[in-house]
Amino acid sequence: MRQLKSSIAAAALAFFAAAGAQAADLKIGLILPMTGPFASHGKQITNGIKLYLAQNGDTIAGRKVQLIIKDDAPGTSGDVSKRNAQELVIQDKVDILAGFSLTPEAFAVAPIATEAKKPMVVMNAATSSITTKSDYIVRTSMTLPQTTAPIASWAAKNKIKTVYTIVADYGPGYDAEGQFKKTFTAAGGQIAGEVRVPVNSNDFSPYLQKVKDTKPDAVFLFVPNGPMGIAFMKGFQERGLAQAGIKLIATGDLIDEDVIDAIGDPALGVINSFHYSEAHKSPENKAFTEAYYKAYPNDRPNFMAVAAYDGMRLIAEALKKTGGDADAEKFIAAARGLKWMSPRGPVEIDPATRDIVQTVYIRKVEKVGGKLQNIEFDQVPEFKDPGKQ
Amino acid sequence: MAIIPSPVDLAPLRRAPAWRTAEYICWLLPVAAYFLFPTSLSLLSQMAITGLFALSLDLILGYAGIVSLGHVAFFGVGAYAAGLLAKYGYGDPLLGLAIAGTVAAAVGYLSSFLVLRGSDLTRLMVTLGVAMMLFEAANKLTEFTGGVDGLQGVDMKPVLGLFRFDLYGKTAYWYSVAVLFVFFWLARRIVHSPFGLSLRGIKQNVIRMPAIGAPVHARLAAVYTLGAAYAGVAGALLTQTTQFVSLDVLSFPRSAAVMLMLVLGGTGSLYGALIGTLVFMTAHHFLSNLNPQYWQFWLGAVLVLVVLFARDGIMGIAQTVIKRVRGKA
Repeated sequence: MRQLKSSIAAAALAFFAAAGAQAADLKIGLILPMTGPFASHGKQITNGIKLYLAQNGDTIAGRKVQLIIKDDAPGTSGDVSKRNAQELVIQDKVDILAGFSLTPEAFAVAPIATEAKKPMVVMNAATSSITTKSDYIVRTSMTLPQTTAPIASWAAKNKIKTVYTIVADYGPGYDAEGQFKKTFTAAGGQIAGEVRVPVNSNDFSPYLQKVKDTKPDAVFLFVPNGPMGIAFMKGFQERGLAQAGIKLIATGDLIDEDVIDAIGDPALGVINSFHYSEAHKSPENKAFTEAYYKAYPNDRPNFMAVAAYDGMRLIAEALKKTGGDADAEKFIAAARGLKWMSPRGPVEIDPATRDIVQTVYIRKVEKVGGKLQNIEFDQVPEFKDPGKQ
Repeated sequence: MAIIPSPVDLAPLRRAPAWRTAEYICWLLPVAAYFLFPTSLSLLSQMAITGLFALSLDLILGYAGIVSLGHVAFFGVGAYAAGLLAKYGYGDPLLGLAIAGTVAAAVGYLSSFLVLRGSDLTRLMVTLGVAMMLFEAANKLTEFTGGVDGLQGVDMKPVLGLFRFDLYGKTAYWYSVAVLFVFFWLARRIVHSPFGLSLRGIKQNVIRMPAIGAPVHARLAAVYTLGAAYAGVAGALLTQTTQFVSLDVLSFPRSAAVMLMLVLGGTGSLYGALIGTLVFMTAHHFLSNLNPQYWQFWLGAVLVLVVLFARDGIMGIAQTVIKRVRGKA
């Protein structure tokens, strides 16, 4: 915290001198899991925000940005998130609420945003219905159906006729399973079998053997990123499913830049759909990743860092339009329909739903210069969240 | 029931039901806190709620000696009961508390048959198991509980039809403190009653109690049910004041945290539960604001020191100090 403040202060100083008289500070309250099992989320998101401020100066529309971070670890207890939001609004008098890595955080805080009339910028939580919970919510990350549907339509178009779905036995798992089945069967595909495995189980051998006997064209996998995905991919390789001609398809959060190195070579060849890859080829992404490595040499930039970077950009652009006024109605009006070139590609805030519209890429894991990367080879441009249709 | 003959000096217990000055002062603190920290009311209400939860664990652990790592089960049952009631249109807070308490008591009564079978280690495992089963059940019944996303649409009516739950948390605060006080008062009567004394007897010497005519099993089942009801009320309070139920209300860390608070404050004295909660949550709040990343280290350090140098918790230290002062006087 102290480090953060001093670095912002240093960056601000130069700006300050030139800008002269200042309006009141712009306080942004961040609600994030900074400790516990989802601490890496908090880290990536704060990295993204700070990177944007370091690059673009921390004064927006004449107001100096002040970040106030509240740890609501483990991130799944709504009461802690809600209390943090109340404190941010009442004590710290923040202008904007932001962060929100996990769905319960966003759900619990949404009524506060509505009642206190504060804009709420969701930078990761991916359940489709979040943006409907308050009129003041805007999202810069993704939704689960948004990243799941493209892999289903890609599979149906690419000679994959039968798919065995394996999902973790929890809410997002059901959503992914439902969306995949819907899109895949609508496109003429067939579900060869489906199984839900308990969250945090690390032994997939019984399921894998069954899949091998069923001989589908592909397996669709959705589990929370981390040890489960790692265990699955290792088992998938050891049991020789790839050699038996079975493809592994998934959504990209399973093998994002934060975990791909831990999975190692078993990840090679996995086909997945997602909205951001470190290897995305564009000048914006090149600039972003270079700056990221310079600022945080020990981390790899992932989709959360990009969503937070874009979230900060959204705040800046919207405030420029309102002349620094963070009133929720005006802020949201300004945010609707905003378009910009993100490191992930072109993005837009849907004027109707306040959710993000973006290109979703189909990628394959390959080794580039000794580093595992998701290499994009196909895309669905300007893809809206299918969960809201 | 008859008065238990005992070699232990019972004088302090007999004297206890009269409220002491220190206790009056203690209960004036929440009133003072309202005026001193008007912007921290949401934290203060959660302290009161967690205090009630710690109190419920104190009843079964501190007084009856039943070790439980799954006490959160009843907290969660109460939380979901109150949440579901409000979601389906029965949003009156007091009705919600009553029903949530009853439901939690029922679950407590049923599980008491499992829990009371074994010795301490078995009880640890069984209580933990019951809590885990409920956690998984809530996780699985997504349509009913909202699963990991949490239960939404908890729409509370004003307390007594007069006081709406507001953004500043004023209603939530007074409501939580009032409920805590009522249940504390009740617990104080209970633990000083012959029933409460028989629990202490069971804790001190479980083999001897049947010999003097105390039905050990029935007594333990009764207090376990009572503790469950208390925890259920605390869970319901949390739901009502935050208008949201997350799956976390059934999670193991919450069980462990409340155990820590109770040990920190001192078991077997009702005020220990409250003081432990107050100190733990205040330390948590300041440390995590000071350093959002590494605060857990300092919290851990404080707990280790307490276990090393203050075995009976804060109440233990306080009692030693008071005794010394009185001894000198």
